[in-house]
Amino acid sequence: MTTTTPVLAGEAVEEQPPRTAAGRVRKRLNSRTATTVSIVIALLWTVPTFGLLLSSFRPEDDIKQTGWWTFFTNPQLTFENYNEVLFGRSSSSGQLAQYFVNSIVITIPSVLFPIALAALAAYALSWIKFRGRDWLYIGIFALQIVPLQMALVPLLSFFSRGVSVGGVTLMPAWDLADEQKFIQVWFAHTCFALPFAIFLLHNFVSQLPNELMEAARVDGAGHSKIFRSIVLPLITPALASLAIFQFLWVWNDLLVALIFAGGTRDTAPLTVRLAELAGTRGGEWQRLTSGAFVSIVVPLIVFLSLQRYFVRGLLTGSVKG
Amino acid sequence: MEFEDFAPKLSMLLYGVIAFVVVIGGLLLLLDVVPNYFARRREAALIAASVSTSDGPAPPVSRRLRKPGEGLLGIAFLIPALLLLLIGLVIPAIRTIILSLFNGDSTEFVGLSNYGWIFQENDIIRVLTNTLGWVILVPLLATGVGLLYAVMVDRARFEAVAKSLIFLPMAISFVGAGIIWKFVYAYRGEGDQIGLLNWLWTTLGGEPQQFLNNAPWNTFLLIVVMVWIQAGFAMVILSAAIKAIPADIVEAARLDGVTPWQMFWRVTLPSIRPSLIVVVVTITIATLKVFDIVRTMTNGNFDTNVVALEMYNQAFRYQENGQGSALAVFLFILVIPIVIFQIRNLRRQREV
Repeated sequence: MTTTTPVLAGEAVEEQPPRTAAGRVRKRLNSRTATTVSIVIALLWTVPTFGLLLSSFRPEDDIKQTGWWTFFTNPQLTFENYNEVLFGRSSSSGQLAQYFVNSIVITIPSVLFPIALAALAAYALSWIKFRGRDWLYIGIFALQIVPLQMALVPLLSFFSRGVSVGGVTLMPAWDLADEQKFIQVWFAHTCFALPFAIFLLHNFVSQLPNELMEAARVDGAGHSKIFRSIVLPLITPALASLAIFQFLWVWNDLLVALIFAGGTRDTAPLTVRLAELAGTRGGEWQRLTSGAFVSIVVPLIVFLSLQRYFVRGLLTGSVKG
Repeated sequence: MEFEDFAPKLSMLLYGVIAFVVVIGGLLLLLDVVPNYFARRREAALIAASVSTSDGPAPPVSRRLRKPGEGLLGIAFLIPALLLLLIGLVIPAIRTIILSLFNGDSTEFVGLSNYGWIFQENDIIRVLTNTLGWVILVPLLATGVGLLYAVMVDRARFEAVAKSLIFLPMAISFVGAGIIWKFVYAYRGEGDQIGLLNWLWTTLGGEPQQFLNNAPWNTFLLIVVMVWIQAGFAMVILSAAIKAIPADIVEAARLDGVTPWQMFWRVTLPSIRPSLIVVVVTITIATLKVFDIVRTMTNGNFDTNVVALEMYNQAFRYQENGQGSALAVFLFILVIPIVIFQIRNLRRQREV
């Protein structure tokens, strides 16, 4: 019902172009209908998240017995769920504080490494002339379409068994235990991020004006100097968008973490723990709601405060193709 | 929860950041120092040569003294990224193709029988039809909703806020979204309903339903979650495309007295066609690989399984490397025609 109103209102206006005062009023009405409908839909879109957020502050008994909308007739708030899910000692409680730290430890290097390496690669692929450069770029570009799933099984065996050809060990197993498993998660995330990261940065770096590079070269700057003092400052917005992308991707990832981080509280990130809680304690809504919000809150803050960069990256990354 | 619990992790983080500084800093230093060194030697050699030419025939400048080719330097900038791509993506992908021709523990060559298995088992055929449903419905619905909203919000006030709200789910993990919607679909046998959907359903006079247990509707309810996430992406891209339509085209159409309906079909839609294709293709590829939503909400039970989850289960739960790899390759094969379609479109676009 709501969706048909703007169309009708729109027709009414367009049949008579708003040259007259009455037309202008109608146009304003039209934009008012559009505004109302857009806001209603936007709110509808937010209701599920809002319900979860509100529930996470309700006492356990209330969550389990009444809908969150009854809060407005019977308002009761508590931080007990958060206290329990973050710091609870029993194994059935979330212990999410541990996993939260794991998520941070996984995310920071997994964002830094691919961005730096991709920036170097993007510079070489755009401004250093060597044979086969274009083919190399096309190859890296094409790697974007290889699904992660294609690499998982062999990469895991690479870590756990090393590489041997015909009985000769070319590379020993990494044999990482406990906290060291972070290394293989960083490694995997870095590898998987590179094709898109190089592609996105190449879009920016190759657009830099040629005169700028020429001028620097005439002044005697080498490639390394040009990269550091000209290219890097100029592509900072692109680096920012890429950093946000990669941050959201790593923080929200489940698949890579499940396979490479293991499931213990030593290394597993929030997503792995939450998925576990949803599976084994599906009815414990006081933990699930607060736990889900703990995992959502950081990306939400990053996203809301840096949305501009995110959208810009999205537009250059997907539309220029 | 004492500090000791965190200490080993935080020191790992410290090592990671130090490694980053050392690797990248070292690389930049190397790239700085080495070419400089060669340049200085070359200079010195040239000076020496010019001095010696005054009293004798010019000696040929030896090959070593020539300016080092840029190729070497290019490789040096690229080498870390290339190595990682090779170790982490290219070689594993080739290995996966080989593994898909072997049995579960990769000891015996079995030819294409793992691929035959995909199309024989009833369970797996169910997985395929579910995935097909996802791949058709998610791009269609997400792009449709995103487009409608982009057109509508273009004329609305509070545009930025409204867009942010639709866009917000993009920041939420699939696991988080799974929990949010599992809560919406929650079921209680007796008493008040706590799930929004069951509350609406019972208020309208229905019996409480275990929505996530009833095929085929449960797959549709999972698809809704993906649409909820992806519509924001479609909306942002399409909204930018709509704003980029030249104002004079819109103005000319308006002077010709077109109805909004014609305006949409004859002006807006053709103008944003390239963006539309990009959106559909991107969402389709993301949907093919959907894994977390299904795993969190139903774990593939009640006939909701999809290819990416089955691949994970085969390879990492049942240790069936052959069948898992075959499913991964199958997923890859499904992506290829979509990408070819997009490349063709891009090429046609450039010719115009």
